[in-house]
Amino acid sequence: MLIKKYYYGDYGEIEGGVSSNKSETEFPLWEVFIRSKQGLDHKHVGSLHAADAAMAMENARDVYTRRMEGVSIWVVESKYIHASNPDEAESLYEPSMDKVYRHPTFYQLPDEVNHM
Amino acid sequence: MQVNFEELFLSKIDKEIKIEPKDWMPEKYRQTNIRQISQHAHSEIVGMLPEGAWITRAPSLKRKAILLAKVQDEGGHGLYLYSAAETLGISRDEMTDQLLTGKAKYSSIFNYPSLTWADMGAIGWLVDGAAILNQVMLCRTSYGPYARAMVRICKEESFHQRQGFEILLVLSQGTDEQKAMCQDAINRWWWPSLMMFGPTDSESTNSDQSIKWKIKRKSNDELRQQFVDMAVQQIKVLNMTLPDADLKWNDERKHYDFGAINWDEFWQVVKGNGPCNKERLDARKKAWNDGAWVREAAIAYAEKKKKSLPQPLQGGALKTA
Ligand SMILES: [Fe+2]
Ligand SMILES: [Fe+2]
Repeated sequence: MLIKKYYYGDYGEIEGGVSSNKSETEFPLWEVFIRSKQGLDHKHVGSLHAADAAMAMENARDVYTRRMEGVSIWVVESKYIHASNPDEAESLYEPSMDKVYRHPTFYQLPDEVNHM
Repeated sequence: MQVNFEELFLSKIDKEIKIEPKDWMPEKYRQTNIRQISQHAHSEIVGMLPEGAWITRAPSLKRKAILLAKVQDEGGHGLYLYSAAETLGISRDEMTDQLLTGKAKYSSIFNYPSLTWADMGAIGWLVDGAAILNQVMLCRTSYGPYARAMVRICKEESFHQRQGFEILLVLSQGTDEQKAMCQDAINRWWWPSLMMFGPTDSESTNSDQSIKWKIKRKSNDELRQQFVDMAVQQIKVLNMTLPDADLKWNDERKHYDFGAINWDEFWQVVKGNGPCNKERLDARKKAWNDGAWVREAAIAYAEKKKKSLPQPLQGGALKTA
């Protein structure tokens, strides 16, 4: 399976996604994931620039949890995110299309047991 | 090949399927979004200045805390929007550069001065109010990251407008001097707020294509009318007046008619000749330049820490570099 590596989870180098006008001192980009409350998954909420993980964490707290939006934060440098290529979406997800028997509604059962 | 991509793109727009960063998109769509989103981001950042100027002079600790929180929100809005623009392939530095060199615009409203405490009220009520109408529309914009940033922003905006209206409400029930201050702020911010929606539809060059691509969902004039209709009702609560002798209910249109906007003034401010254009840009340049050593130090510190951290070996063992 073809998984291409992208500079950032959402845009790719093949499209010229990496801008040339970036200075030496531009902080790297980080992706922020937040657990909104105990028991739920972390969810992607946005990105920010920071010099290191500690700064990314502090900035994430300041911009993404000002109104108690979260109880836990993950930050990961964007360059470490590998994303699937939308051009291959069809071949990637098509195999699950014709397997309707994976869904419970595929099975016709008598009324007495249909709540199953 | 190209034709297919374009058709696929247009059919997504048609079916209200969001366009995501790595999807194929017309170059013009990418550029239009970069321009609009980055200028929107600049507006949030420059927009912190007129209100920031009053944080030290807020009349009470409560008002100071509220204003501080509001201005901090605007900084966050700038960040959400810059991030959305970055997904289209422009770097943060490049956007900053465009702002500081005057290549990119920001909302002209922030080139007006904030002269009294009542301006904090009028800005929240009118300026944030006008921005909200635009931003609520943009929650349904066709570019995914922009729409998501807008949803986040809209959640935070209603506090901005309400705190502003409350400032005016308190002033409107105060002494004669406070009432006059309230009216004066409304008088000064009303017309520039109407201009925030941009040129009339007949003059607006980018509008057509943006509506076809569902970047914008309503025209400038539609949004402006919506704003006028709302403000006319809300000002009654303040017992103040809007500075427009031509404001009148039009029973045929089912909308309020309003007076002619001074477009000459609008273009003058856009071109850099507003009361505070220079001051605002100078403030941004100063902040950027004064922060240079902090950015360099942070990078150097991060590098140094990286070197002193234990490095994982191929086999998983740890070794201190
Ligand atoms: Fe904002
Ligand atoms: Fe706001």
